[in-house]
Amino acid sequence: MKFGVVVFPGSNCDHDAWYAASANLGHQAEFLWHSDSSLKSSDCVILPGGFSYGDYLRCGAIAKFSPVMASVKKFAAEGGYVMGICNGFQILTECGLLPGALVRNRGLKFICKEVLLTAATANSPYTCAIPTGAELRIPIAHGEGCYVADDATLDMLEADDRVAFRYVENPNGSLRDIAGVLNEGRNVMGMMPHPERATEPLMGSSDGRMVFESLIQSYASQLSAAK
Amino acid sequence: MTAQIFVTLKKTVLDPQGQTIQRALNSMGHPEVASVRQGKYFEIELTGVDKATAEATMAKLAEDVLSNPVIEEFRIEITG
Repeated sequence: MKFGVVVFPGSNCDHDAWYAASANLGHQAEFLWHSDSSLKSSDCVILPGGFSYGDYLRCGAIAKFSPVMASVKKFAAEGGYVMGICNGFQILTECGLLPGALVRNRGLKFICKEVLLTAATANSPYTCAIPTGAELRIPIAHGEGCYVADDATLDMLEADDRVAFRYVENPNGSLRDIAGVLNEGRNVMGMMPHPERATEPLMGSSDGRMVFESLIQSYASQLSAAK
Repeated sequence: MTAQIFVTLKKTVLDPQGQTIQRALNSMGHPEVASVRQGKYFEIELTGVDKATAEATMAKLAEDVLSNPVIEEFRIEITG
């Protein structure tokens, strides 16, 4: 499987994502430059964490106008896997690929720590290899990670089983403890925690591997179904 | 011609920064400050357009770029 990691000016988890996918998961990974429109035949595009365009205007607001995002939108519309992590999640909500928005943490502080997450559904390419009820130990590092949406949107997300991850203990005030959500087609997922930063024992946790392993497994079954 | 655009969080969205500012103002001896909402302000200079066109264009830009309609609302004033 080939992962494409988008590099925006101000991305700072691009190498982490690249390292997780290639060195730790053993798959191909390439960087995709923000001003190029080529996705280099990636099977999954990762929008990494960081501060794209300095978080100017709003987190993720400027990134949505970059040439690579036009290609990412098209790729997503065709069913391609797109995973937004942290700032990547903010970009996905800003460009309308995912519902809701990420606002300043309830306690105003930038929070950098390990949290516990549960997969809120097994029915997604990002969570299918995660055992039901398992608590994943994965770090967060954000100042604006409080997930908000109106009640109708939250009800719709729950009714359609589109909440991907929930915090066991809500660190930032996110409504309904939501840590990650899926799009309608379930091929686009955004989450504030950093699974790529928990992919080998040296990092303190390997639980983030399960997110990547879910994707790799989904991609493999998609390939065999196509044959 | 100048367009002034005020972007604020919707009333339904919690504004923890505004609350913190309010507490600071209260602690300075101003108990009359009952609520603070923080927002953004844009000043845009325009040339070669009439007011009606400017109003329509600014509304579109405020909606598409300067604000995030999921969490924010905006007000536009055009002068000059």
